[in-house]
Amino acid sequence: MEDKFDAIIVGAGLAGCAAAIKLGREGLQVVLIERGPYPGSKNLSGGVLYGRILNDLIPKYWQDAPIERYITNQVVTFMTGEASFNIDFKTQEFAKPPYNGFSVLRSKFDRWLGEKAEEAGVMLVPGIRVDRLIKQGETVTGIVAGDEEMAADVIIAADGANSFLAQQAGLRGRIETRHLAVGVKELIGLPSETIEERFHLTGDEGAAYGVVGFATKGVPGGGFLYTNKESLSIGVVMHLDELIHTHVKPAEVIDSFLAQPQIQPLVKGGKLLEYGAHLVPEGGMEMMPRLYTGGMLVVGDAAGLSVNNGFVVRGMDLAIGSGLAAAETVLEAKAKNDFSAQGLSVYQQKMDASFVMQDMKTYAGAPHFMKSPRMYEAYPEMLARVMTSIYQQEAKPKDHIRTDAINGFKESKLSLLDLVKDGWNGARSL
Amino acid sequence: MNNLSIPEKLALNKYELDEGHAHIEVDNEICQKVCKDKACLFVCPAGVYTELDGKIMVDWAGCLECGTCKAACPAEALKWEYPRGGFGILYRYG
Repeated sequence: MEDKFDAIIVGAGLAGCAAAIKLGREGLQVVLIERGPYPGSKNLSGGVLYGRILNDLIPKYWQDAPIERYITNQVVTFMTGEASFNIDFKTQEFAKPPYNGFSVLRSKFDRWLGEKAEEAGVMLVPGIRVDRLIKQGETVTGIVAGDEEMAADVIIAADGANSFLAQQAGLRGRIETRHLAVGVKELIGLPSETIEERFHLTGDEGAAYGVVGFATKGVPGGGFLYTNKESLSIGVVMHLDELIHTHVKPAEVIDSFLAQPQIQPLVKGGKLLEYGAHLVPEGGMEMMPRLYTGGMLVVGDAAGLSVNNGFVVRGMDLAIGSGLAAAETVLEAKAKNDFSAQGLSVYQQKMDASFVMQDMKTYAGAPHFMKSPRMYEAYPEMLARVMTSIYQQEAKPKDHIRTDAINGFKESKLSLLDLVKDGWNGARSL
Repeated sequence: MNNLSIPEKLALNKYELDEGHAHIEVDNEICQKVCKDKACLFVCPAGVYTELDGKIMVDWAGCLECGTCKAACPAEALKWEYPRGGFGILYRYG
């Protein structure tokens, strides 16, 4: 083996790039390896980039980064086949720097972040697939890519939801299907004026929709829609175990979602630009691998970092947070020249102390709660019944709204016990 | 929106095809012996798996590299790896 690097980072997504930038700035010799021909070429965003943590790393990043729209309008939609009930929140508070969140297209955004890593002195090597780890005993000492071997004090596995490296290092076994969700997304091109008119947006304002219920044909999961500058990111995310159980095809679910009477007018006249799919680590704390071993740290999707509480779906900010915690760990390990499992265990402490693990813990009950079949069928149906009877005017006297609500509940398949249980579980887990 | 078929949708994507280097292989002996569900036939968002005369065939060129099939395969019958560096799906938007 030739020269030894301080760190080899595998995967130039948000976690890998964030770690690379921080280490590069500190003058470490860092190689950032990406299997695609450029960072972002294999990546798909399924959400809003909540960018406070990125702003710590790259102040006022939005002035330079290829962001799409800043999100001022967050909507949760409960959908049945015929009706929809929205919780629609809009605030100008989110229209001011540092902004709350942006829609981004990862192929552009990650490429930009990779350039920032290069500016920090990192050696970015795209178009190379890392085939396996080199180990000495239980300690990871390098990587193999084709005929090449490369050694480093520490390997940071930022290789995404499928993380083969975490598996090879013995940090996790096979990921269970109940901990995974399949996301399918279409990118639909529309003129910016059309998007602004349809979604009631001014200038660079953007909207983010999460849809629960009929969106996924009753398969636990949800639909989503994000406005970009001149396109919409729209798609569905479904739990893999339920998908296998129901024999439903993801491609049919997204077609049916797009054909919904509530969705159809939003995408009308649009041109399909791209069709993508991605696995989402949705299992929360339960699916997290061990985060470190001798000579290696795991970050981002590879570490199973995501939060979905029904209102907000996050992963990108957690990825950046974990990348930064990993970089700080490497700096401390280098100062002590101790890259053993013991030396790198400070990563776990840093993660536990950061917003990343705090939020994973706060919403630890959410994956289970969000998978309750009532969330996908009974509640949207009940809401639709109640709202229909409140608004429907017939040639007979109206009931009190409270009677409508009670009747809507009675007609639903829900029991009072379900309601109490879900109220309690929801309050505890969200 | 026009209702496009999966192949029509995939045709809009950009791929760098690595001819002669299949990154997915199916061990049909395992499939036939062990697998009842054949989840690969319906969970794949790109619909790359088909069944012909009781054998699972894979048209790997359209693969979106999500890994869903590998995670769903109950029998470890798929030899699934990422395409070689630089090849496969290239998202232009993501």
